[in-house]
Amino acid sequence: MALVLTLVLAACGGDDPATPGTGGSEEALSGNIEIDGSSTVGPLTEAINEEYSVPQPDVVVNLGTSGTGGGFERFCKGETDVSNASRPIKDEEAALCETAGIEFTEVRVGTDALTMVVNPETDYVTCLTTEQLITLWGPDGATTWDQVNPDFPADPIEIFAPGVDSGTYDFFNETLEIEEPRQDFQASEDDNVIVQGIQGTPGAWGYFGFAFFQENADTLTAVEYDAGEGCVAPSIETAQDGSYGFTRPLFIYLKNESLSRPEVADYATFYVQTVQDVIESVGYIPEPEEDLAAAQTAVEEAVAAAK
Amino acid sequence: MAVATSERPNRQVDGGFRAPVGNTVRERFTQLVLFLATCVALVVLVTLLVDIVRDGVGGLSLNFLTQYTSRVAENAGIRAGLTGTLSLMVLVALMTFPLGVGAALYLEEFAPRNRWTRLLEANINNLAGVPSIVYGLLGLSVFVFFLGFGRSLITGALTLTLLVLPVVIVASREALRAVPREIRDGGLALGATPLQVALRQTLPAAIPSILTGMILSLSRAVGETAPILVAGAVGSRRADNEPWNLSEAYTAIPIQIFDFVKRPQEEFQIQVASAAIIVLMTLLLFMNSAAIIIRNRYARNR
Repeated sequence: MALVLTLVLAACGGDDPATPGTGGSEEALSGNIEIDGSSTVGPLTEAINEEYSVPQPDVVVNLGTSGTGGGFERFCKGETDVSNASRPIKDEEAALCETAGIEFTEVRVGTDALTMVVNPETDYVTCLTTEQLITLWGPDGATTWDQVNPDFPADPIEIFAPGVDSGTYDFFNETLEIEEPRQDFQASEDDNVIVQGIQGTPGAWGYFGFAFFQENADTLTAVEYDAGEGCVAPSIETAQDGSYGFTRPLFIYLKNESLSRPEVADYATFYVQTVQDVIESVGYIPEPEEDLAAAQTAVEEAVAAAK
Repeated sequence: MAVATSERPNRQVDGGFRAPVGNTVRERFTQLVLFLATCVALVVLVTLLVDIVRDGVGGLSLNFLTQYTSRVAENAGIRAGLTGTLSLMVLVALMTFPLGVGAALYLEEFAPRNRWTRLLEANINNLAGVPSIVYGLLGLSVFVFFLGFGRSLITGALTLTLLVLPVVIVASREALRAVPREIRDGGLALGATPLQVALRQTLPAAIPSILTGMILSLSRAVGETAPILVAGAVGSRRADNEPWNLSEAYTAIPIQIFDFVKRPQEEFQIQVASAAIIVLMTLLLFMNSAAIIIRNRYARNR
């Protein structure tokens, strides 16, 4: 039954190029869509999958969270149809894709504000400048807070931060232009461990995605960031207007070849049409309307080109 | 055992005879220490169970079993993981039983006693102690890439089969060894071939113990996270797994628990994850009870 339906649909799709996957298409589609990549973007894609299962219950989306780099590795081998990423694709990764003959379309679907937090008892740390952060996070990292800022007391510093394999760690270092940060910190790939570490340790400092701060805003204090133009607190507004220095883009990368399959085209279209409705519920920051419209156009064009 | 009985007769309920109770301080003290050692294990277990049940019981409902995962804690379910775990169980059982029992039969009944067999035996015993993550890496390189099975249900099932196979072989050999010599000799004396004796006499006599070992191994396989995480189980899926759809992507309950615990929302970390743990523990409890029932029933019949 499902097979017949698929064949009929495939035939329809072939006969009628004027019917692109319109997202929430009336036709019942089926098939498997393979997605892997950033564990930051994962929850967003999962939310989309949940919504997508209402109009298209027979399209199975398999979602993995190998990390942005791990995701691109599989994407450029041709194993996945969509790759989640919390940073743009690197040149060497793009070169791998090119060698394998995989063309892709980059679509920005949202924004995350990387948030620095301290233990509430460390209330004197309200804002940190780039230089202070380099003293704190650089190769010969400060051991007491008065080394970071002479106005602070000489309390010992404890750091809890994402491990070296995470995109969050990379992004933080790149933004501060630190090549070799200190390594004497408690690293974890599980953000909840970082949250608990900072909650339980006076003098503790660390950073992670906005979603984890939002869930723990009552027990942790966010630190403002001064990138040279004054202290800015992380928030939806400051992330959208770009005034907050630690904002990072959230992307999905679509494999162009896969967009010729009606279910992938329909899914991609649905993604950019629905992302605004779900993004805040998973703790990220929506794109401004005009940017999202551009993303929708990009997907439309890619789908049309794949026909 | 016999020596102990002659010195300290067992307690008899009807005869009115009381076993001598330790009367020196030292004996009483040792008994107390042993009792406390038992308590520590028990207290930890009970604390864990009470904590999990208290956190998770509110999240348990029929919907939790029949719905797929969700971004809203109230709507989250483990249907994908449950069908994945059950499919893995069926496949692992189907592959482990013939391979494990076959190897055990050969080693115990037919293999010549020489250097090679001893080497083989030592290897199997060592394999039983290899960390499970190593099997995951083996599964990734051999099944996913080399044999090209991809990140599919069969890859997960094969990886877990390799993981529990040494344990099943060792347990099955123990079971075969426990079959009395007389049964084999009797069969041979009546003119049966060694193969007939092995398949029709020795194996049936050992089957209950073999099944017990099998079920306990399966319950270990079902609880494993690391190997299948490495061998490509996906974190999130909104579809069922069936044991006959070998090339489907798959997930399992431990993977879903891992996914729930990593989320930012506390309801997921505590309530939803605990509810999933309760489901997994119930499943394991059922399997372990089945193993005990099989063993007891057989012990009675003998």
